[in-house]
Amino acid sequence: MRVTLVRTGNILKVGLKAIFRNKMRSSLTMLGIIIGVACVIVVVAVASGASTSIQSSITSLGTNFIMIMPGAVTQSGARIFTGQSSLSPADADAIKAECPSVAYATPGERTSGQIVAGELNWATQIQGVGLDWPFIRAWNLEQGTWFSEADVKGAAKVCVLGHTVADNLFPDGDAVGQVVRIKNVPFKVLGVLEKKGSNTMGQDQDDLAATPYTTVMNRLQGHAGHRDRIDVIYVSAVSVDKVAQAQKEIEALLRQRQKLGPGQDNNFMMRSQEEIASMAAENTRTLSILLGTVAAVSLLVGGIGIMNIMLVSVTERTREIGLRMAIGAKGHHVLAQFLLEAVVLSVLGGAIGVLLGAVCSQAISRFAGWPVQIGASSVGIAFGFSAVVGIFFGFYPARKASHLDPIEALRYE
Amino acid sequence: MIQALVDIRDLVKVYSMGEVEVRALDGVDLAVEPGEFVAVMGPSGSGKSTLMNLLGCLDRPTSGTYRLDGVDVSSLDADERAEIRNAKIGFVFQSFNLLPRTTALENVELPLLYGRAAFGSEERLERAQKVLTQVGLVGREHHHPSQLSGGQQQRVAVARALITDPAVLLADEPTGNLDTRTSEEVMAIFQELNGQGKTILLITHELDVAVHAKRVVHMRDGKIVKDEPIEQVKAQRAEARARAEARP
Repeated sequence: MRVTLVRTGNILKVGLKAIFRNKMRSSLTMLGIIIGVACVIVVVAVASGASTSIQSSITSLGTNFIMIMPGAVTQSGARIFTGQSSLSPADADAIKAECPSVAYATPGERTSGQIVAGELNWATQIQGVGLDWPFIRAWNLEQGTWFSEADVKGAAKVCVLGHTVADNLFPDGDAVGQVVRIKNVPFKVLGVLEKKGSNTMGQDQDDLAATPYTTVMNRLQGHAGHRDRIDVIYVSAVSVDKVAQAQKEIEALLRQRQKLGPGQDNNFMMRSQEEIASMAAENTRTLSILLGTVAAVSLLVGGIGIMNIMLVSVTERTREIGLRMAIGAKGHHVLAQFLLEAVVLSVLGGAIGVLLGAVCSQAISRFAGWPVQIGASSVGIAFGFSAVVGIFFGFYPARKASHLDPIEALRYE
Repeated sequence: MIQALVDIRDLVKVYSMGEVEVRALDGVDLAVEPGEFVAVMGPSGSGKSTLMNLLGCLDRPTSGTYRLDGVDVSSLDADERAEIRNAKIGFVFQSFNLLPRTTALENVELPLLYGRAAFGSEERLERAQKVLTQVGLVGREHHHPSQLSGGQQQRVAVARALITDPAVLLADEPTGNLDTRTSEEVMAIFQELNGQGKTILLITHELDVAVHAKRVVHMRDGKIVKDEPIEQVKAQRAEARARAEARP
């Protein structure tokens, strides 16, 4: 046991000496692995950081979120979108009342317009919604109150401003209680929503004003003829694992309410937060795979670099190998020496690469403002992979060295 | 009867180069007793390098037997021969074959890395110091080969050959890359080692080098043609010189 240990130590020393005897060449050999590993670390760090930030901004949509929109209808065999919504505020009430997996539901009617306050004005999106909306979006008020049921019933001229809008119209922060004009209609500001930041697509979620949906329908749009048609219904399931159940219940209820026969397509569409999240996750995954492939290729190129240098090294040191064999080195000693050299080179390169990757990731996160996460697993994988590359690409040259004929190797010029 | 240290019987080595067969060794018999200093002489192509390779267990004979220190080594495989080389044979080459950018001490230690017994670094150092002292290189232990003269480099190589305390020292044209004066120095070391009881086999094509041995074996066309003690060689040389001087 002691003998084996001492001998292994000796062979290790021989390999290390050979590396340090050729500092320039060793560092150039490692460069390939260093770049490859650093690439893997940076790519994984940036991709996982991006996916975390996407996940968190999707969560900011509101938990258990489901959106129902009017969809295509089939008329006389042709699938068309009629331009007329199939959804009504009564549908939203029915969903909330009759679907056990649904916690909240509210009709939504969207428009956009210029909001004027004194000398300042701001163009924004106007969300006509109901009482449940803050619960569905998991969005609290920073100041003031939400509008009441009476406001909804009476299509009251009241509104709640998003943070961006409040900041732009009332720089002094005294928005609550003031009067603003939307499309020349005076509105009383009841409250200001707390700041939520940008969403997945980079849009500012705080750039909006919320009013009762009835107010949008009656005072801002004037839908002559079909006043009870709405753009969207926002729903929230009772819990995350009930989202799919809620969607089934809603579908069944709406089909019944729309009087759709068994063979007919739905004339509405549903999107859950889960679906939006999985779509976004799919996008980041594709990007990660793409970048990861590039990184893996660079690691492979680094490995080929090691093989190349090791082959040159074996040829250059043919006489040394001959001498070692003459004084008693067996084939496996020579094999171990060269294999070890390759593995030490690649693992050392891997270690430097991990450090470089960490530094680069930090730099990227600082300058580009992206969040990055360096996981222990990615460090482990990059490190292990570089060792495997060393063994894989070091084996052929090492085997070649160990199969040399000592007589010819000694005579080699 | 003393057991011969090197005992070669009817040794044949045939190289086949395509369709042509070359009999590099054609039935060689040779016995070397412990403590002998034998020079093998012959022109190039006489088979002395082939004999050297076989004596050094670097190669296997086509037929015949070779017993080294009582062990039949003619049929061993590559790994077994490596062990024999490490334990029983010390090589000294024409071109020194020292590792570049490696100190004299580390070069000398090298054979201990591959031995059957494992030596700790302190023991290796101690042994290396001892053999370097033996060849007169005290104070040069940490020099690299490039910082040493040819004669000094060859002495490092001799020290490397001695470190495992081998049964036979095999020197292949050890003075081929050296000038006359350093050749004499190196040969003096061989003679000194022989005086201490080392068995030495020397391959050379120069008579001036061979005369340092105690016995000279002449080879030609893969056969031993003459095997005589040094006194006889010297007498012949003196005779030839006298004749050359008398002629004009």
